[in-house]
Amino acid sequence: MNEELFVSGRNIPNIDPYLNIWHWQIPIYLFLGGLAAGILFFAGLFTILGKEKEMQTTVKWATFIVPGALVLGLIALFLDLKHQLYFWRLYTTIRFESPMSWGAWTLMFITPLSLVWVAAYMKDVIPGWRWKMKILDDFDAWINENRKPVAWVMIIFAVILGIYTGILLSAFNARPLWNNSILGPLFLVSGMSTGAATIMWMSKSHYERMVMGRIDLLLIAIELFLITHMIMGFLAGPSVQLEAANLFLGGQFTVSFWVFVIVLGLVFPALLEVLELVGYKVPVAVPAFLILLGGLVFRFIMVEAGQITRYLY
Amino acid sequence: MRYAMAVDTRKCVGCSDCVVACQTENNVPIGFCRDWITETVDGTYPNVEIELRSERCNHCDNSPCVRCCPTGASHIVEGGVVLVTHDECIGCGACIQSCPYDARYSHPDGYVDKCTFCMHRVEKGQKPACVDVCPTKCLYFGDLDDPNSDVSNALRNRKYKVLAPEAGTKPQIYFLT
Repeated sequence: MNEELFVSGRNIPNIDPYLNIWHWQIPIYLFLGGLAAGILFFAGLFTILGKEKEMQTTVKWATFIVPGALVLGLIALFLDLKHQLYFWRLYTTIRFESPMSWGAWTLMFITPLSLVWVAAYMKDVIPGWRWKMKILDDFDAWINENRKPVAWVMIIFAVILGIYTGILLSAFNARPLWNNSILGPLFLVSGMSTGAATIMWMSKSHYERMVMGRIDLLLIAIELFLITHMIMGFLAGPSVQLEAANLFLGGQFTVSFWVFVIVLGLVFPALLEVLELVGYKVPVAVPAFLILLGGLVFRFIMVEAGQITRYLY
Repeated sequence: MRYAMAVDTRKCVGCSDCVVACQTENNVPIGFCRDWITETVDGTYPNVEIELRSERCNHCDNSPCVRCCPTGASHIVEGGVVLVTHDECIGCGACIQSCPYDARYSHPDGYVDKCTFCMHRVEKGQKPACVDVCPTKCLYFGDLDDPNSDVSNALRNRKYKVLAPEAGTKPQIYFLT
């Protein structure tokens, strides 16, 4: 028998008996950030490929969600802070060793960028839209002439944003479940998959849905591959990581992880998309909704479960 | 200069005086603590081994809390002591997540709080409150670079360990076994 107990009656709120310092705000932000990164990535990609005509939802309509999603995500992050009046301290320094620091700066850059991208499409939404200020009209025209270079910048920052949602967690050595280098790419791919699902859901063009459906299928396959690798890595790791893997393999998160993330969030929507590709009629809302739900539940589970894993006590 | 602490687990009786002294000295809010006592029980009766440890922030050499802090509120001062500047802390909780010892907590006023090695006392030439108050004198504090300091003397002829060395943080609280 080996047991450890606190004699001094240490029972600090949100620290004991296990850490619970990050609540719903963080997974909500990770989800919205990933979704925004996914949509911006595809908008940039198909702009660079010159497919604005065929992929209108991807490059245009879906991006209208992004500024809203990012602002909601920022609000969630702000609500998570315990010393809120000092939040501006984030922007008085850049600390490259802290993922949260460069993540905050990335958000500060990509949120206005997405807003500019969307604003330059306002004339397509409301015909005859005028900015009523010459400088804004000129800027609008300049963006529309230079969509491709802007798209390149947007793709790069979308990838940074998407991967940051994972690195934010994986940089914490003290939480063995998070501390694996595959979490960054995994969150990026998962975010891109939710973005693709959103575009698919919004699109009215059969061609666009087919393209995004195929991309999404590929992303789901990569995601399943990365999750398998993550669990394999845990099982080959030290005891703290074995305990972390055990949360999903018989422990308290087994059912929610396998049912909501793997089966309902990845495998089942992938099957539906395959059925659609071979010619069956499947309402697009079903796989799209399941993928979004799976992505959200995945982030909630990772944040909750990661905080339980620890080195001591 | 490298401040460190040694805890003699054979002398500690787990009375929690260090905990109360710290709470009093540092005005720690009720329900929180910067140091605490852990009891490890190994084996089954009658073959039982018990170890009592007075634990606190390890003021690690390779401190993840300082690295992950997005504002620089968590920082290292002379002697390797890890401190938090209250009006730079945004209360994001990153350092709490990064600490393998769970030595940090969120103060009700919003900022993150932790053991300071009582730097306000050390600067005046006093010892940290927990060290001064210990009735069995099982806590030793001082400069590791000074061969005549209390902590260097305590570590010289004894076996010792640190907690969770596998976390790679190079902790500076030594437990004499």
